Amino acid sequence: MTSLNTSVMPRIHIDTAITGTPSSAPDTTAPALPVRISVRNLDFYYGTFRGLKDISLDFHDRKVTALIGPSGCGKSTLLRTFNRIYSLYPDQRAEGEILLEGQNILDSSVDVNELRARIGMVFQKPTPFPMSIYDNIAFGIRLLERPAKSELDGRIEEALRKAALWNEVKDKLRQSGTSLSGGQQQRLCIARTVAQRPEVILLDEPTSALDPISTGRIEELIDQLREDFTIVIVTHNMQQAARISQFTAFMYLGELVEFSPTERMFMNPAKKQTQDYITGRFG
Amino acid sequence: MTMQDATPPLSQNENGHSPALMVRRERRPMRRSRRIADRLLRLACIGCTALGVLVLGSILLLLFFKGFSALSVNVFTEVTPGPNSPGGGIANAIVGSLVLTTIGIGVATPVGVLAGTYLAEYGRDSALATVIRFVNDILLSAPSILIGLFVYFFMVQPLGYNGWAGGVALAIIATPVIVRTTEDMLRIVPGSLREAGVALGAPMSRVITGITWRAARSGMVTGILLATARITGETAPLLFTAFNNNYWFSPSLMGGIPNLPVMIYKFALSPYQNWQDLAWAGALLICLTILALSTVARLLLNKEKAQ
Repeated sequence: MTSLNTSVMPRIHIDTAITGTPSSAPDTTAPALPVRISVRNLDFYYGTFRGLKDISLDFHDRKVTALIGPSGCGKSTLLRTFNRIYSLYPDQRAEGEILLEGQNILDSSVDVNELRARIGMVFQKPTPFPMSIYDNIAFGIRLLERPAKSELDGRIEEALRKAALWNEVKDKLRQSGTSLSGGQQQRLCIARTVAQRPEVILLDEPTSALDPISTGRIEELIDQLREDFTIVIVTHNMQQAARISQFTAFMYLGELVEFSPTERMFMNPAKKQTQDYITGRFG
Repeated sequence: MTMQDATPPLSQNENGHSPALMVRRERRPMRRSRRIADRLLRLACIGCTALGVLVLGSILLLLFFKGFSALSVNVFTEVTPGPNSPGGGIANAIVGSLVLTTIGIGVATPVGVLAGTYLAEYGRDSALATVIRFVNDILLSAPSILIGLFVYFFMVQPLGYNGWAGGVALAIIATPVIVRTTEDMLRIVPGSLREAGVALGAPMSRVITGITWRAARSGMVTGILLATARITGETAPLLFTAFNNNYWFSPSLMGGIPNLPVMIYKFALSPYQNWQDLAWAGALLICLTILALSTVARLLLNKEKAQ
């Protein structure tokens, strides 16, 4: 147990040394941080199965919050309530409150398309659209506005730069998005999301289909995106959670077991269940 | 090799006797019969394949021989001649067939694509969609003469023979083909692509027209091409609708419209040599058209797979 804990610890320290932004900083100031999304007494149902049980949790502005837990614990389910994408499936429903700037986004009066433009999402498997790299990104922008050609070009370059993909694709913007490698496709999907200038970016296991090098690049990217966006990431990889997040929520069987600053979660978890999971005793 | 094959069952043998011996005694004759059965089945398969290819080959060979020897420039430039009169061609029937097929596909494409889209994107597994799918499958195999009679009742009885009725009859035959292929192709598009579009805030209409149709494009075009191939040779639905004539037809498409399948039917049954030759030429043209359409469809699908 102790040996595993120490295997996580050095990673945090190395990360801190590289980025220069101590990830332990929020530890002491946590309660004062501005909140972007506030979940209150959230229940979620797949038909009659209750997938989330009375979840209450705050997501801090411009921080990375990781959702961890064993398969089927509800972490992806929770993520999919924030943009109400679950409503594509008629037998799924959420009850409770999810407050985004004071507004309950579960309210039926909320325009879901507008909501989804404010809360971007990147999926486990890269999902480039069957069109050019340029059009992949323009698709999302054109849903919201009709910028002039020159402005659109600028927005697309900006998004690709933010997604650390510009240098690799700047000479082939007219090529199909599906011709890129898996890691590039995933960064294209991140660029597509970033281009809409959302407030929150949801990442659903964004690196689990990628090789270690591509994973590393995406992780660096997430660290940079934190400056502009609030990020929520679902991950199966606890080291990844430790490397890139400032806050971590541990879920089990549809319940929130523990939520705390990432460093505290991995060094000194409050609950025995959390400790058992992060040290690999179950899950 | 034989010993190796025999090993796995040994460990599962439960009766405690020397298993190796038992296997040797009981299995050898079995194997011989299996080998014979194996050869027989293979022989039967190859034989039947050869029979099929032979029949198809001789049809094509006869068609090519008779058809090409009947082809000449005036086949494409002159209208259908009288019995045993020199010259003449089937230009009016070729153009008539093109017009009828164009009307048929022109009507069937929007109806078929949109209905297929409803089934794949909106209806999905709902009761209504299931019923529609079932009815569509029935229509897919409905006898085409029945469709001809149906259109006759509604469009020919009041108006007389006309090309619009022929086009509509062909459309009714093409539509279920397009519905089916459109739905099948859209269902192959992964749900994650739709979710990705929806997650950007795109309404379902934009996701369908901008993403899923685009993803399924080649497959859908293939379906339309195959439907075109299907109706270019249809005769029965045209017999009571477009009928036929031996002259150029009116641009209003009222009155009989000459067309290849009915022309072949009429000319091939006639006792006149020049009509019989023209029937072969017409049959060859239809066959080449279908061949070309199927080839393009196949190429499109292969291109899609390569991506």
